[in-house]
Amino acid sequence: MWFVQAAYFVAAVLFILGLKRMSSPKTARGGFYVAGIGMVIAVVATFFLPGVGGVTNIILILVALALGGVISWVSGKRVSITAMPQMVALYNGMGGGAAAAIAAHALTVGGGHGTSEVVVGVVGALIGAISFSGSLVAFAKLQGWMTAWRFPLQNYANAIVLAAMAVFAALAIVYGNSGILIVFFLVALALGVLVTVPVGGADMPVMISLYNAMTGLAVGFEGYVFGNPAMIVAGMIVGAAGTLLTVLMAKGMNRSVTNVLFAGFGETAVGGEVEGEMKPIEVNDAAAMMAYANHVIIAPGYGMAVAQAQHKLWEFVKLLGEHGVKVSFAIHPVAGRMPGHMNVLLAEAGVPYDKIHDLEEINEEFATADVALVIGANDVVNPAARDNKTSPIYGMPILNVDRAENVICCKRGKGRGFSGIENELFFRDNTRMLYGDAQESMSRLIQAVKAY
Amino acid sequence: MYMMYGFLALYIFMLAAFAGYEVISRVPSILHTPLMSGSNFIHGVVLVGAIIALGMAHGPIGRAIGFIAVLLATANAVGGWVTTERMLAMFKSSKDAPKR
Repeated sequence: MWFVQAAYFVAAVLFILGLKRMSSPKTARGGFYVAGIGMVIAVVATFFLPGVGGVTNIILILVALALGGVISWVSGKRVSITAMPQMVALYNGMGGGAAAAIAAHALTVGGGHGTSEVVVGVVGALIGAISFSGSLVAFAKLQGWMTAWRFPLQNYANAIVLAAMAVFAALAIVYGNSGILIVFFLVALALGVLVTVPVGGADMPVMISLYNAMTGLAVGFEGYVFGNPAMIVAGMIVGAAGTLLTVLMAKGMNRSVTNVLFAGFGETAVGGEVEGEMKPIEVNDAAAMMAYANHVIIAPGYGMAVAQAQHKLWEFVKLLGEHGVKVSFAIHPVAGRMPGHMNVLLAEAGVPYDKIHDLEEINEEFATADVALVIGANDVVNPAARDNKTSPIYGMPILNVDRAENVICCKRGKGRGFSGIENELFFRDNTRMLYGDAQESMSRLIQAVKAY
Repeated sequence: MYMMYGFLALYIFMLAAFAGYEVISRVPSILHTPLMSGSNFIHGVVLVGAIIALGMAHGPIGRAIGFIAVLLATANAVGGWVTTERMLAMFKSSKDAPKR
């Protein structure tokens, strides 16, 4: 059917155009609608593909569409913006699972494939299955249902499972019977779980981007098996996008992707002791310091998301604006649990995006700022990463908040950050600690500033 | 199902990867989350494969696998759409949102 093929072609063009328009916040939303139209065209056209049909099959398709559509529509509308990383992980896992499922279908009951289709199909199935189980584990961890844990010789265990998977993949390609395929899928699923379980929360931006790329690749590979160029193009684009993001995130931590996967941070970290003491500050003093400043730069981190402090923070920033204080936001690339996490939270609170700056844009400005306000960020503002060659995080790019005249750190308690490294920033002479829940601290700051 | 000629497919793979890289590398870091969930939506096109699988299925096993595939793929596509759309709607510049 020529018009089905034409529809796939149009869909592929719309996907690329849509993503291209996502390069600016002004056109991003419109661009996303363009991609959405592409999706509708591709899906509707598929019903007209020769061979797709039969009353039972069509009814089953419609039921599955309705069921999956309603569940994810409702959950997607309801989820809070703070919980977005785990939802992205979950939906991504679903895509990986779907790619693995259609591979299983093609390899067992589909039939009639040449060698290249079988090989590509098995590889796609493997990537999709790992992405499926890995994303579900990532979801559970981000949701707080499980914490990172490691067991002795974990990397060896993973290596053995990886080898087993390779063997079964080869067997599945050569013999292709369903018994082998089932074992192959189970081993691939187990590998996804094993690889993701030890990864800590702060490394999640890397993992989520990686699984996004993997699902994309799996979809692209299955597109080859199904002779469907729209799937190939869309899958490969996502694969490239996800790979790019993965590398960017890893670079933001000065670590390689393999290091994130195979080395638990807690183990390599040797937290040195820092001289000096942490000096607390009262809310009123902090409020006065910022209300009479010329320029305040705010560096938020995951702690702001946990405390849901973004709304109060923006309220506070608007108050400062009324006092004639210039306020900007500085976002570290890996602040939060997924790429760009902080930007979305601030956008939710109503912060205009022109006030939000990334690390390269704003890092020079700290030197001229009167106050740097750190909210729930830790390792990404630790000057040890820049100055202390013995620090485990040495070399990681950081926000130079310590170069501001005064630093106020909003922090729940005196504990260390995720990496277990003492933060030298907290011990600096120009740093004051504002202890307490971030949202509560913001409320109290608002009250205090209103008095001026 | 019809086959695609191997090398032609390989060219498509290669060109799509480069196109994806070029298009994405221009996305500013402020939009990284919508970019990720948006590309998450785009790989929801696996739904096309899932519909083909279920639409061509014979027998209970094929239908069961196909049904799961369509279900998961729909959840991927619709969930990716809803969350991305919600996030993009929130991005405003100072000019769009007059100060209260």
